[in-house]
Amino acid sequence: MPVLDVEKDLDNLTMTVTAEFAADVERVWALYADPRRLERHWGPPGYPATFIQHELVPGARSHYYMTGPAGEQPHGIWIVREVDEPRSFVVDDAFADEQGEPNEEMGWSQMRAELTPVDGGTRVRFVTTFASREQLQQMLDMGMEQGLTLAMNQIDGLLAEESAAV
Amino acid sequence: MVAVVEAEPSRAEIDLIFHALADATRRDILARVIERERSVSALAGAYRMSLPAVQKHVAVLERAGLVGKERIGREQRVHAEPVRIRQARELLDRFEQLWRHRVAAMDALLAEEQAPPEKE
Repeated sequence: MPVLDVEKDLDNLTMTVTAEFAADVERVWALYADPRRLERHWGPPGYPATFIQHELVPGARSHYYMTGPAGEQPHGIWIVREVDEPRSFVVDDAFADEQGEPNEEMGWSQMRAELTPVDGGTRVRFVTTFASREQLQQMLDMGMEQGLTLAMNQIDGLLAEESAAV
Repeated sequence: MVAVVEAEPSRAEIDLIFHALADATRRDILARVIERERSVSALAGAYRMSLPAVQKHVAVLERAGLVGKERIGREQRVHAEPVRIRQARELLDRFEQLWRHRVAAMDALLAEEQAPPEKE
């Protein structure tokens, strides 16, 4: 399994996920730099993401929406804060309206990714920091209730590829 | 028998849980009472804190449902409420599941790209 470690900090509302991928740093970087690749893994189970706008450069705004099981389309926005290709990037993430205007009430979460080349692949540390527990809760309410069944359906083809590779 | 209702906490309840756990002293109080039931005065002694100060912390934990209190004689005893403690953990556990899903999708995507295309 590619996930090596998960650390949760209830006090600071952060979660750190360390994962290792059997691909070089440039290819893992492309999973975030390329919107067509990004939308294939960003959405929660049952909520595939579509990026209308995305460029991994400092100051850029990304605008995406997710399509839920009932056809609902919650929108999200990223503001790219830091980019040190291909080593690290930091984005702020918030819910948004259809025009991509952030929902300031819900607040922002921040995601930092750090990529390190290791023997045979790339290790990535993803650190997510939530501004508030409401924000965490809302994010979890979206999609996570559906459980992993939907996730399996959604990424069925991808998972089939994965198991074939093992 | 007491029926234990394990409904998901409401948003307001989640606020209370996170607020209660945002303080180092309260987390420590919780850790101690998870180990075993303690009296409020014993807790006050452990922190060199005034009794009212500790009572205040215990009240915050109690409002969040993380601990319960009962009076035995002249003593107030504080015990942990395991169901609620588990629910707080579960919030972050669910977020972990989201990330495990993302990492699996990333991994599968990389594997797919690696495989030679059957047709161009």
